[in-house]
Amino acid sequence: MPSKMKEKSNNIFSALAGKQIVIPIAALLVLAIFNLIADPGFFKITLGYNNLGDPVLSGYLITILDNGSELAILAIGMTLVTAASGGQDISVGAAIAIAGSVMLRVLCGSNSRPETLQAPIIVAFLVGCLVAMIFGAFNGVLVAYFKIQPMVATLILFTAGRSIAAWINNNELPIISEPSFGYFGGFIPGIPIPTPFFIAVACMIVIALVLKFTTLGLYTQAVGINESSSRLNGLNPQMIKFLSFVILGLCVAVAALIKVSRFSTINYSVIAKDIEMDAILAVALGGNALSGGKFNMPASILGAYVIQFLTTTLYKFNVQAAALPAYKAVVVIILVVLSAPTVRAKLSQLGKKLKEKPVKEVA
Amino acid sequence: MAKTSLNTKVKNMTDSSLLLLITVSVFFFMYIGAIVFMGQGFLKAQTFLNILNQNAALIIVSCGMSIVMITGGIDISVGGVTALVSMCCAVYLDYKGGSIFGSVLIALGIGLAFGVVQGLLVAYLDVQPFIVTLAGMFFARGLTTIVHTNPFNVENETFVALKDTRIVVPGLGSVNKRGIYIDAYVEIGVIVALLAVILLFVVLKWTKLGRNFYAVGGNSQSALMLGINVRRTKFISHVLCGLLAGIGGYVYFLHVGSGSPSHASGMEMNAIASSIIGGTMLTGGVGNIIGTFFGVLSLSTIQNIVSSAGLDQAWWTGITIASMLCLFLVIQSIVMARKKKTIKS
Repeated sequence: MPSKMKEKSNNIFSALAGKQIVIPIAALLVLAIFNLIADPGFFKITLGYNNLGDPVLSGYLITILDNGSELAILAIGMTLVTAASGGQDISVGAAIAIAGSVMLRVLCGSNSRPETLQAPIIVAFLVGCLVAMIFGAFNGVLVAYFKIQPMVATLILFTAGRSIAAWINNNELPIISEPSFGYFGGFIPGIPIPTPFFIAVACMIVIALVLKFTTLGLYTQAVGINESSSRLNGLNPQMIKFLSFVILGLCVAVAALIKVSRFSTINYSVIAKDIEMDAILAVALGGNALSGGKFNMPASILGAYVIQFLTTTLYKFNVQAAALPAYKAVVVIILVVLSAPTVRAKLSQLGKKLKEKPVKEVA
Repeated sequence: MAKTSLNTKVKNMTDSSLLLLITVSVFFFMYIGAIVFMGQGFLKAQTFLNILNQNAALIIVSCGMSIVMITGGIDISVGGVTALVSMCCAVYLDYKGGSIFGSVLIALGIGLAFGVVQGLLVAYLDVQPFIVTLAGMFFARGLTTIVHTNPFNVENETFVALKDTRIVVPGLGSVNKRGIYIDAYVEIGVIVALLAVILLFVVLKWTKLGRNFYAVGGNSQSALMLGINVRRTKFISHVLCGLLAGIGGYVYFLHVGSGSPSHASGMEMNAIASSIIGGTMLTGGVGNIIGTFFGVLSLSTIQNIVSSAGLDQAWWTGITIASMLCLFLVIQSIVMARKKKTIKS
């Protein structure tokens, strides 16, 4: 099996070198074929009714689209941070806990079990966005202005984040009984497709428009490729790095809204646990260099859904939730080894040899 | 006059000793502050020795972390390795009827295996150390759950006897309220930790290998031109860190005497924080094992102060460590800026 996979990646490297999006598509195909062989029932989608009597679609594929949304939204911000600063933000999980905690605090007021909402949902969301962006700005200042490695700078929030989240709500667990709050993480009555998917699509459209009509994408890549030469060309690298962290903060807030809406409550130590690993994995799987520079946004987003595909597949085979990281870690190692420069050079050599052989045979 | 001489002295200091000075003075000020404001509890020798008892594992692990950081890398898998070591040893001792010697071998083997694999990936395949060790951390944590899911206490008799062994420190005992003299004691782990600190201090200061670590971390390009095998040096640093994580894991196991998937959670964070507080630069090339030792002591003293001040809610520890880490990172960044200025002038 590994040798087969190697051959496959060989052909891809030689035939479609330079087309990044091929990497997540290939991974997706491998997973899909594996599932097709193991159990074709994986792809079944059924239209059923939930306990409120509304039509909902169910099936593993819908689960992937549903649960992969937060990851896809985070992958957008993480791609920008990776490209601009050449490092990753490992505090996103903790930041989601903070943003979610803030939203619930605004919605509940001082009472942790309110009958009615104390503030409109949109206000809570905006406050959550603001707080998440402030924490993003904190990371951004450390990285851009104090020149601390991104992963170490975000380690600070990674340690303190969940503690801060618990502190915001005095360690209480607020529960929202208002059904309309659950729409963001569940289903809107009458629409059988899960709402998180729509939110993710909206975010994708926004980022596509931003990348198309502003210079953000170009500037980010320029800073990531060579900081000092981009400065000589009149860009402000510090500002761009800072901005990428603030944008990630915004993505975190949207993901947090979906996360807390799913359960209408929050568990500070469990919410969005290990999601930073998945988000980084999504960026890597999208074929983006983790050391910064060029990026491909659609590939990252697709990468996020591939990760969710993998997670769902593992769950289907009754892998314990706590044991999941071990399997994902193996995938990460395989990915980074394949994308390591020295290995890549050897693979492309091998690919060339393979290409030459058939030509000789024909001749 | 005195001011100017102090200024020139500070200017002439190397980064390493300046950062060490900051760390040691912070620790002493904090401890004196604790004695003054928190009462006499901190004056007892046993309070100090308890800090050592509780953090022997952290000291060993942080030493390994410092070596990797001096070489310019980072290893965040140490907490996961610690949990995996204690779980594997616990299962081996209780369910497989193993011996103490065997469990020590298991601990060393696990640590060495992680160190070798991560070292190979980092040094010879040029993968970012953070990504490799992040994967290592998740792998170790996942594997711990696969080995055994539920936490349990080890009941192996020889092990329990070893765990409860107390080494009396002469002359430091105190008289308790009923007038009985109680000896001050340390656990076995503390001896191991102190040995590790002294040994590594000597290695880093006076051996060729130790100086290579600094050279590679300071500037790997010039180290290469000086004829140092940069890849091998990086590899050795990761192997050493893995090995120390294994030893630290066993010492941790000896202190808690149980196996659990949630053991040592956040230990990698504390180890990195201790190294940074101890004056090890993230950019590599600067650092000191003695500083790391004081870094661990500062960190645990502040934890003790937080808990004895009545702020026993779990979140305060996280917030204080994070803010301390933040402070020292900013100090480092300022020191770096100072260095650049002196080079320019």
